[in-house]
Amino acid sequence: MSLMNNLSTSTISSSSSAFLAPISFDSSRTQSVAFPLKNINVVKCITNPQEQQTAYKTKVSRNANIAKLQAGYLFPEVARRRAVHLLKYPNAQVISLGIGDTTEPIPDVITSAMAERSHGLSTLEGYSGYGAEQGEKALRSALASTFYGNLGIEEDDIFVSDGAKCDISRLQVVFGSNVTMAVQDPSYPAYVDSSVIMGQTGQFQKDVEKFANIEYMRCTPENGFFPDLSTVVRTDIIFFCSPNNPTGAAATREQLTRLVQFAKDNGSIIVYDSAYALYMSDDNPRSIFEIPGAKEVAIETASFSKYAGFTGVRLGWTVVPKQLLFSDGFPVAKDFNRIVCTCFNGACNISQAGGLACLSPEGLEAMQEVIGFYKENTKIIVETFNSLGFKVYGGQNAPYVWVHFPSRSSWDVFSEILEKTHIVTTPGSGFGPSGEGFIRVSAFGHRENVLEACRRFKQLYK
Amino acid sequence: MYKLSACSSMACGISLQTMVLNSWKVRNYKQGSGRCTNVPRNVNLEKLQNNYLFPEISKRELQHLEKYPNAKVISLGIGDTTEPIPEKISLSMANYAHALSTAEGYRGYGAEQGNQALRKAIAETFYKDVAIKDTEVFVSDGSQCDISRLQLLLGSKVTISVQDPSFPAYIDSSVIIGQAGDFQDKTGKYQNIEYMQLGPQNNFFPDLRITPRTDIIFFCSPNNPTGHAATRKQLQQLVDFARDNGSIIVFDSAYSTYISDDSPKSIFEIPGAKEVAIEISSFSKFAGFTGVRLGWTVVPEELLFSGGFPVIHDFNRIVCTCFNGASNIAQAGGLACLSPEGFQAIRAVIDYYKENAKILVDTFASLGLEVYGGVNAPYVWVHFPGSKSWNVFTEILEKTHIITVPGSGFGPGGTEYIRISAFGQRELVIEASWRLEKLLSKGKSPFLTV
Repeated sequence: MSLMNNLSTSTISSSSSAFLAPISFDSSRTQSVAFPLKNINVVKCITNPQEQQTAYKTKVSRNANIAKLQAGYLFPEVARRRAVHLLKYPNAQVISLGIGDTTEPIPDVITSAMAERSHGLSTLEGYSGYGAEQGEKALRSALASTFYGNLGIEEDDIFVSDGAKCDISRLQVVFGSNVTMAVQDPSYPAYVDSSVIMGQTGQFQKDVEKFANIEYMRCTPENGFFPDLSTVVRTDIIFFCSPNNPTGAAATREQLTRLVQFAKDNGSIIVYDSAYALYMSDDNPRSIFEIPGAKEVAIETASFSKYAGFTGVRLGWTVVPKQLLFSDGFPVAKDFNRIVCTCFNGACNISQAGGLACLSPEGLEAMQEVIGFYKENTKIIVETFNSLGFKVYGGQNAPYVWVHFPSRSSWDVFSEILEKTHIVTTPGSGFGPSGEGFIRVSAFGHRENVLEACRRFKQLYK
Repeated sequence: MYKLSACSSMACGISLQTMVLNSWKVRNYKQGSGRCTNVPRNVNLEKLQNNYLFPEISKRELQHLEKYPNAKVISLGIGDTTEPIPEKISLSMANYAHALSTAEGYRGYGAEQGNQALRKAIAETFYKDVAIKDTEVFVSDGSQCDISRLQLLLGSKVTISVQDPSFPAYIDSSVIIGQAGDFQDKTGKYQNIEYMQLGPQNNFFPDLRITPRTDIIFFCSPNNPTGHAATRKQLQQLVDFARDNGSIIVFDSAYSTYISDDSPKSIFEIPGAKEVAIEISSFSKFAGFTGVRLGWTVVPEELLFSGGFPVIHDFNRIVCTCFNGASNIAQAGGLACLSPEGFQAIRAVIDYYKENAKILVDTFASLGLEVYGGVNAPYVWVHFPGSKSWNVFTEILEKTHIITVPGSGFGPGGTEYIRISAFGQRELVIEASWRLEKLLSKGKSPFLTV
């Protein structure tokens, strides 16, 4: 595994999810550590080999599950490459269409509510300490009525989080190491990585670029980015993201009905990631619970990150219906609640005040405007790559454009684009083996940057 | 609060929990109210004996309020801060929030490890003399969350020891991750966890000569719930013990700013600690951030697994994969807390709680009860010899409408004790003291053995 990929040289860009400090190792340390090092670029050494051999070591074994991970989490690695690139070209106007980081300011109606809550914390009447771990009642109620109004999902089925990424890991903690899981291939890396960390998987198999014990459901242009369920092996858990990150594909009602039936037939649990639901242009379901019977087979995670620009504010939610039961009849929600009470202590109260404001009529309207802005960005990017003759996918129902570069390594294309246009994208293989040959271009950015990026793409690929 | 619709109060924990579980199963099969999936329940979660302690206390409070709707209930149970956050700090958070609406002030994803200025400020404020770098500081949304992230890091195959009594999240997270083995009704302990008994008999510091080796040692000082702050000598013993055994100490310093004497505030004040310890801490009790959610964990670069792999790399991987950083607004608040004016304002609030603690200590002492803590921590630990703590808890609640926390919630070593927290408005603390005096003065309570 590559050590360096776990670390980054530091960059102080508060809008990028960068880095660790300049701890780095050179290859002379390989003899004293128990794992193989890939080729590493950074050569700074903090101790010389002599010291390293006499350095005190505890007798605590490293968690073998973490050792299975091949590299750093994908997005810090992209950030690291960006940082390295900036060091090489300090005057370059780097444009980031890589990490899906929102760029536009949060509407006033929302930040005012957060400011007000902050001020309130300095007053006797307005001070609040520990909140309910499941989230503030008003927010849970607003989420239920806004997103699940006529779907029979109630306030107490909803658990407010500090973001879907965190809840994905908390769900893994609920499920434990003895469950099997399926993911779309390609998919958001947190599903696979959290599964590895939890001990659900075997070793990484380099020849196929997959972890043993995970069922990878191929999603490609050939199958319309919906897996052929007749070839999918039963697993306990099925992670399914729609609209999809990274492909942008949105499953139709018919497809989701088949997915729910598949889960029912197999007694599986779907973890449905709806983080991009509001980017849907077509008439596809926005919530898995629009499908009859889903409440008995599905959990839904969601996030304010890409709706309200809350990527740094940290707020999301997870729906665990009362009807969802383990094989012995025990309600999943009860265990999820236990995890939420023990491994978490609630989302930031100020963020929750912001969330509530997001769901006011004014807030919803303001969010739609920001989402509309990013969707317009997406349109521009799609048109650009179309005009260059590329096969382009996504972009219609999600803020991601999935561009095909047949027969090319996606990290190579990533590097080429970065080197030649100073644009950061995300290599498709970072999302799974079926992402190889694709590049994900995210549509979050200031309009001028997106337009400039498209100019540069046209220049490079004309 | 999440309603446990299947059960009412859980007076005696174990057998009732089993009944509750069975009643869920029976109810669901009988009513045919839902198809079950074929996904097996996580056996580790089955091992948990009760609800997490503090929601259980909340539940009892609610039930009590339903029973006595006009009672003036005073909560000295859950350690929930009550005093407003100093204005300078909330102002900085409000300003940060406003700025998020501007092009210059908008920020998206922050570094998962935390805002660099905040990491630096934490290093400089708390670790100046012990050479901890900002790069070794990881900002969290609170130590309860980082305790579980550390468990994810360590995995199911390590063994742990805890102080007995201790903050329940160490044990519960250990059970959840699969380290703990089965619960043994007879002893009230999990099979694979080493419980290091603390009591007046050993000055609330475990006798390490009789403590078996475990991979991980959770150690909280000043201690929740006993209030004891380990001395420099004691912590040196602990560090030496860890070094000799190749163990890792997870040192919880959440209450370090409550220390009145010269007890160490950080494990890293002890020579050799950087190679054997991780330190977790929190803004919750320091700055009233219980709802704002902010804390930090220090993982020194020198801390290595047995194969030589630095623990900090793996912790960083967990932080990048299972977390996405603390709220940027909370972090802005944290930075303001660590400014000279901010820190000073916070000290005033801490002193306020410490004065509360003193009042409570004096109250119990004047009643002739054995009372511990309350000097270096916002918790008072009162001994009711021969009693069962849940019964004392109930008696106090029934007769004085005061919520406390029964010691057995913190482990079998807490059985005869009650924890009273010192967070509360002064008038309420004084009122509570008066009520307790009335209850516990001679003859009025079965629990007073004086």
